[in-house]
Amino acid sequence: MQALVIVAHGSHLNPDSSTPTYTHADTVREAGVFDEVRTAFWKEEPHFREVLRTLESDEVFVVPLFVSEGYFTEQVIPRELRLDGFDVEQWDSDGTSADSTTLSATDVAGKTVHYCGPAGTHDAMTDVIVRRAESVTGDPDVGPGFGLAVVGHGTERNENSAKAIRYHTERIRDLDRFDEVRDLYMDEDPEVDDVTEFFESDDVVVVPLFIADGYHTQEDIPEDMGLTDDHRTGWDTPTEVDGTRIWYAGAVGTEELMADVVLERARDAGADVGDAVERVREATRRAGAD
Amino acid sequence: MHATQVERLATAAREGGAERDGLAVDHGDDGFRFSIPAEGVDEDGLTEADLDRLAREYPDYVTNFAVWTRDRAAADAAFLRWAERADELSVPERYDRLREGAARTWGEVRVAVLLDEDGERRYDLRHEDDAGVPTGDLDRYDDPLDARSLVKTDDDGRYRPLKAAPSLPHGWVFPDLDGRAAAETVEYVYPATIANWHLENEGELDVDHWRETMERQSGIYGVVKTWDRGEGHEHVNWVAEACCDDSQCLKRREWQYDEKTDLDVDGGDGVFPCREPCSLVVSAARKWTRLEAETERTYEFTLTPSEKEQVEAVIDAVADGRTRDIREADVKDPANRYRTRFLRAKRFDGAGNLSGTPTDEE
Repeated sequence: MQALVIVAHGSHLNPDSSTPTYTHADTVREAGVFDEVRTAFWKEEPHFREVLRTLESDEVFVVPLFVSEGYFTEQVIPRELRLDGFDVEQWDSDGTSADSTTLSATDVAGKTVHYCGPAGTHDAMTDVIVRRAESVTGDPDVGPGFGLAVVGHGTERNENSAKAIRYHTERIRDLDRFDEVRDLYMDEDPEVDDVTEFFESDDVVVVPLFIADGYHTQEDIPEDMGLTDDHRTGWDTPTEVDGTRIWYAGAVGTEELMADVVLERARDAGADVGDAVERVREATRRAGAD
Repeated sequence: MHATQVERLATAAREGGAERDGLAVDHGDDGFRFSIPAEGVDEDGLTEADLDRLAREYPDYVTNFAVWTRDRAAADAAFLRWAERADELSVPERYDRLREGAARTWGEVRVAVLLDEDGERRYDLRHEDDAGVPTGDLDRYDDPLDARSLVKTDDDGRYRPLKAAPSLPHGWVFPDLDGRAAAETVEYVYPATIANWHLENEGELDVDHWRETMERQSGIYGVVKTWDRGEGHEHVNWVAEACCDDSQCLKRREWQYDEKTDLDVDGGDGVFPCREPCSLVVSAARKWTRLEAETERTYEFTLTPSEKEQVEAVIDAVADGRTRDIREADVKDPANRYRTRFLRAKRFDGAGNLSGTPTDEE
């Protein structure tokens, strides 16, 4: 038997924090390739500490629903799951290239745990950002005439956070699909507050590389960009700011195609997922087009 | 009882013998042997037809055998057997109770075991307070996954960050689940409780006490380590009294200060155990670590005796979550809103200082 465990941050305060995690778990569950699909959280239940013991499967694939490598993927999750002998060197990562490592966990006897890199740095995440642009504009061919901004938290706490943003920004630029592609940050230059200054295009899609909608994506960023004076009154999509139409996408992690990244992470780590990757890509495209 | 249940018994008997809850059947050179000591039954040299006849005489034992020899996760099986007190009651006692609609309570969830005509179990899960409500008057659910969104908020729509808080919403029912789905639903309502309860029953529950849990913390929570300064564990008693009391969490706290030092406060009466300080306790402890680093000071406040008691009553009302129960016009209650507003009008200065006493020295 094989199990998939999606581990995410969760929140004591925001009831919507876990919603994308549940949604993507359900999509993977419906694909029917894992005997068990579970979620676990740092701030909600089941906690990382207690999820492995709820599983029957002896092959367990753990995929962190985090945007970048760093404190959570390298310290908190391995420690709390009690991954025996985990060493970040096993990933041999340059900051965005962690794939997977295979370990046992002292919490449970007889289980093999394939601990994967975060969803946010997988190549397929690039496709999710593009899909998000399609969803928010309602145009499956969006690109020409449009700029795209990928927004990150900032480099203050963790340099890998900005690395992940830059990685996807460059990959999208290489697609030659959008007229302009830029990485912007909440706390650092180039700042998302000045988004219109960094683009010449009349239309700019702004996609924050965050897992869940919350304070940053639904209050901070919209107000900082000038989409609204008060987040409680909401904003239009698009909203014109300084002559530029801003198509604000909200957290990319809520895009249904994220489930595909989770599946690909597990597949790369050796999970038998059959043709589920292709099926989920197709199913979430239809869902996104509704 | 149906034919496959008898076949199951016969197959098990041939494959090394069948035994469960007082029924034993095996197969040797002279045929089957069927015995139920509690019923005074012990017959040997039986043909398949004989076995079938006996099975029809004691169908409850046979259906019970079929149900409880099915392949299931050990923890789930233990939970479902707990639900019908399978390890406490004989088969006839148990079946009598199940036919009358026996139920048990897991946290605030009432788990009722229903018996169909073939002795198969179905499960009805709902809030224990909704025990007497007609099923049709409750919102019906059949997919265990629906439990996740149901338990996210309380009856007032407020977010429940702690799944084991005694604030489970009312008004829902899963009226017809099989055993696997019942255990899965419970997993969403009270995550990992079945696994930990089962480990405890097996004598294998790993408890992480306060000290080791706090020692493990890092990042913004690393500061909690500094709260233990070799001055005893009174502060941890306060944490447990504040957060882990049955009025706040239905898990039974098994963790102590450390391996050798028990806390003085009661761990509660919950069915399922709490094996380490949870993330809410750790977060709160981080705040208290900072607050408790402050040095005490002596303030002078001027209050009437009734006002002093009123301050105490207000703290009690907030701490016990009672504020919404105090009636608007019940000015006899010291924590009544008008009484409290009067106290504020009289005793606070323009800067919000009680008795006009500044928090910091001028």
